Amino acid sequence: MSTLTKSEAVDAPQAGNAFLSVRDLRVRFRTEDGIVNAVNNLTFDLEQGKTLGIVGESGSGKSVSNLAVMGLHNPRNTTIEGTVTLDGQELLTASQRELEKLRGNKMAMIFQDALAALSPYYTIGRQIAEPFMKHTGANKKEGRERAIEMLRRVGIPQPQTRVDDFPHQFSGGMRQRAMIAMALVCDPQLLIADEPTTALDVTVQAQIVDLLKDLQQESGTSIVFITHDLGVIREIADDVLVMYAGRAVERGTMREVLKTSQHPYGWGLLSSIPRINSSVDVPLEPIPGTPPSLLNPPTGCAFNPRCAYRELVDGDKCVTERPPLELANGHLSACHLTPAQKQSILTEQILPRLSS
Amino acid sequence: MSAKTLTEPADAAPTSGETLLEVNGLTKHFPVMGGFPFKRQVGAVQAVDGVTFDVHKGESLGLVGESGCGKSTTGRLLTRLLEPTGGTVKYLGQDITHASRKEIAPIRSEIQMIFQDPYSSLNPRHTVGTIISGPMEINNINPAGGRANRVKELLEIVGLNPEHFNRFPHEFSGGQRQRIGVARALALNPKLIIADEPVSALDVSIQAQVVNLLQGLQRELGIAFVFIAHDLSIVRHFSQRVAVMYLGKIVEIADRDALYTRPRHPYTHALLSAAPDADPDNNSIERIRLTGDVPSPLNPPSGCRFRTRCWKAQEKCATEEPPLLQIGGNDAGHLTACHFPEDGDAAAKRAAAAVPAARTTED
Amino acid sequence: MLRFLIRRALGAAVIIVLLIALTYFAFFSLPTDPASLSCPKGCSPQLLAQIRENMHLNQPIVVQFWHYFSGLFVGQDFGNLGHCAAPCFGYSYNSQQFVWDRIAANYPATFTLAVGGAACFLSIGVGLGMISAWKQGSFWDKAASSISLVGQSTQIYFLGPLAMALFVVNLKWLVQPNYTPFTQDPWACFQGMILPWLVMSVIFWSNYTRQVRSLMLEQLSEDHIRAARAKGMSNSYVWWRYALRGAMAPIVTIFGIDLGAVFSGAIITEYTFGVHGLGYLAVQAVHQEDLYLELGVLIFSSVSILLFNIIVDAAYALLDPRVRLG
Repeated sequence: MSTLTKSEAVDAPQAGNAFLSVRDLRVRFRTEDGIVNAVNNLTFDLEQGKTLGIVGESGSGKSVSNLAVMGLHNPRNTTIEGTVTLDGQELLTASQRELEKLRGNKMAMIFQDALAALSPYYTIGRQIAEPFMKHTGANKKEGRERAIEMLRRVGIPQPQTRVDDFPHQFSGGMRQRAMIAMALVCDPQLLIADEPTTALDVTVQAQIVDLLKDLQQESGTSIVFITHDLGVIREIADDVLVMYAGRAVERGTMREVLKTSQHPYGWGLLSSIPRINSSVDVPLEPIPGTPPSLLNPPTGCAFNPRCAYRELVDGDKCVTERPPLELANGHLSACHLTPAQKQSILTEQILPRLSS
Repeated sequence: MSAKTLTEPADAAPTSGETLLEVNGLTKHFPVMGGFPFKRQVGAVQAVDGVTFDVHKGESLGLVGESGCGKSTTGRLLTRLLEPTGGTVKYLGQDITHASRKEIAPIRSEIQMIFQDPYSSLNPRHTVGTIISGPMEINNINPAGGRANRVKELLEIVGLNPEHFNRFPHEFSGGQRQRIGVARALALNPKLIIADEPVSALDVSIQAQVVNLLQGLQRELGIAFVFIAHDLSIVRHFSQRVAVMYLGKIVEIADRDALYTRPRHPYTHALLSAAPDADPDNNSIERIRLTGDVPSPLNPPSGCRFRTRCWKAQEKCATEEPPLLQIGGNDAGHLTACHFPEDGDAAAKRAAAAVPAARTTED
Repeated sequence: MLRFLIRRALGAAVIIVLLIALTYFAFFSLPTDPASLSCPKGCSPQLLAQIRENMHLNQPIVVQFWHYFSGLFVGQDFGNLGHCAAPCFGYSYNSQQFVWDRIAANYPATFTLAVGGAACFLSIGVGLGMISAWKQGSFWDKAASSISLVGQSTQIYFLGPLAMALFVVNLKWLVQPNYTPFTQDPWACFQGMILPWLVMSVIFWSNYTRQVRSLMLEQLSEDHIRAARAKGMSNSYVWWRYALRGAMAPIVTIFGIDLGAVFSGAIITEYTFGVHGLGYLAVQAVHQEDLYLELGVLIFSSVSILLFNIIVDAAYALLDPRVRLG
């Protein structure tokens, strides 16, 4: 496919020094209704100490792609293609045993719902100490000491006593902190955060984002931060990847994507959320329609049925041909509109609406 | 008591019409059982504790706060899905707080509810037509042209294909289901809709669709809303007046401009500053980071309930509960429950965070 | 925990008193003559009068009940029959024995059947369920599910004689089922009871297989399993320490309820294999219209079921830290 080689060409120069490098990742599930193409041709890099924000709606493939990186997918019904390298080590071809050594050690993950992600049957301390004992060979006492230290680091008061509590005895914000402690107990170099703030209240959400930033500064961890909240992205991400229907549709720095988005989907997202200081008389501009089914995605550009700018593209290119992820006006976007068209739509229609 | 200042409603709302709903000292305590050897009530979760506000005809009142602040319980009390422990709810002057099933029946049809979860709030075994016509059937209402026509009409109003009345909920997406829920709420021509987090379970791109739909209904059909949500931006977008709740109490209520630009209660201020904004250039909001968690409603702090997390708290806050009043410097209808309110002036905010500005309070 | 047990015990005591009263009045307020029912064949008028006297039948029914009820705790004098020590469930005229003595004599058989049967159905049921969940969708899964279905739809009175015909008569692998007290000869006890254990377990274990399978699959799809794997825990560690741990509490609940059932006497199994246990006694009592015996077995069984229910609730609290009793 020509689209494939093109996107490769753009990424090739920076591929060398990236800490996490994902190339042409493709994830498919077999389900009773057919094959779901959950992730297609996903390519991105993440450098040491940086944060990549992945934005997308449910079913956009943002979580699935990262489960594949961790090797946590169900091998029975999932096929994964492409390459994922972490610090030079290939992950997709690695054995379960090798992956087990990396997980919780070099790469770790935190989840949206900490109550569900912590086993209700074991104490917080035990669950934090478990990976530490496994990966460093520490004994129970050392594991417990480490758990207390980690709880203190993530800001849990009285860690010596709280270490013996069960998850249900913690409040929502504290559970999230405990889960972060559990993920960071072996000082991983890569942290994948799957919507870690979505279920939290705004004040707690702000606390958790601050905590992650502080911890990143201390230890130089690279973070993949998955969310649908552009406000949180603004707070934490260096680079942003926007996903739609299993594909990357836009990729650039946080500022590029939030300020000079080059994709109709990005424009739609920005115009559909109310701003805390925007004019209240301007109605929101929702994206019409619903996210597509991955069992039977639209042909051509997957966003075309919901796109307001389809008529600006000559012919039926949007329906027949999938746009490649290309450089346009400074960063990568996958849209058939010409860079000039994109720029004029952005400056004439989108930005005025956002700043009103 | 704060009630006194409220009986003469200071109409700050732009749509200040006739008072539709009058809530006074509304309280809900969930009993906690314990004791030995026989169980008895040993305490109470003070989910809602003395909440007072009005809703005017055709206006939208936003109810914001963090989880556990009692905003959803308040919504359920208003619709009498829960029985209040104390206080009164008056609908068009009629006390419905403890009205019997029969007495409340005609009013029930005028107050409807939209729920958060579009998946569990629709019976999966009923067709959309049955779901929407259900309220008409129960209340024995026969609209001109028949119920089936009315269902189609309603589906059209909420932006769904009227020919789909024979489908089941699982054939619709989340956003469409929420529209079905809206159509069901509209079936009885309500005057007031309690919307409990109506968009928070939806995808970002879908949220705006539902918000716009509800806004259209409010404008065109003149339906009043109590809009319960935790997302400050959406509440601001949707509601003319906003009440902020903390641990079962309203700490501040004002029309939206006053609340969002001149918050007087430290909690409102902190909440606003914590709300993430997607604009990388918007640095106007200074960051206040609350520490710790919301205390347990089983045993709330004495005096001002926010004092345990408040950077301005003094001794007085622990001993004396601040009443919800129009404190000095507030516009009419802007009520704040705080002994040491924030300056409210945007320019002086930073200074205020450092030195508690003890502006005159009227208590 | 202690508070919970005391409160539950008090509640259970109330239920037991009500139960005894209800059963007693149901039995003795009927327009039949309990005395003549209790009188064995060739009953003489003197014996009848004596029975009437001993059973206090010439007194009001409330007084009769009081004698019976207090007898349960302090014993009762049965005139020339002597003193019936507490717990006194009355006197069985058919067998010329105190009811309690008969229950005590038959209970070891029921106990042995229950312990062995429970061990069988728990291990087979949970084992098959684990295999099903582990090999979900495979041949083994389907095989285990099919066996469960067959097991659940058979009856002991059908399977029992069939198994005896096959293993005892034709293949001669096993001896004719019989009960030998374990304390007397453990090996003989095992040989005699293995067939009843296995056959009885069939109707129970299918339930465990299905429950364990669905509980394990439910657990395995939970976030905390994924989180444990994300920590680098090995698959087998996650399987045993996380998934099975989560599936355990509900299984223990079903197990406790089933234990209540088997310890109160498995009527059909005991009758099919001729094991003289509590269930067998119950059948006999009904046959012989032995009111006191029926009453005694009934009360005894109910108490045993109540007891196991309390144990289940307590076990649940021990297994799940989220459950607080009190």
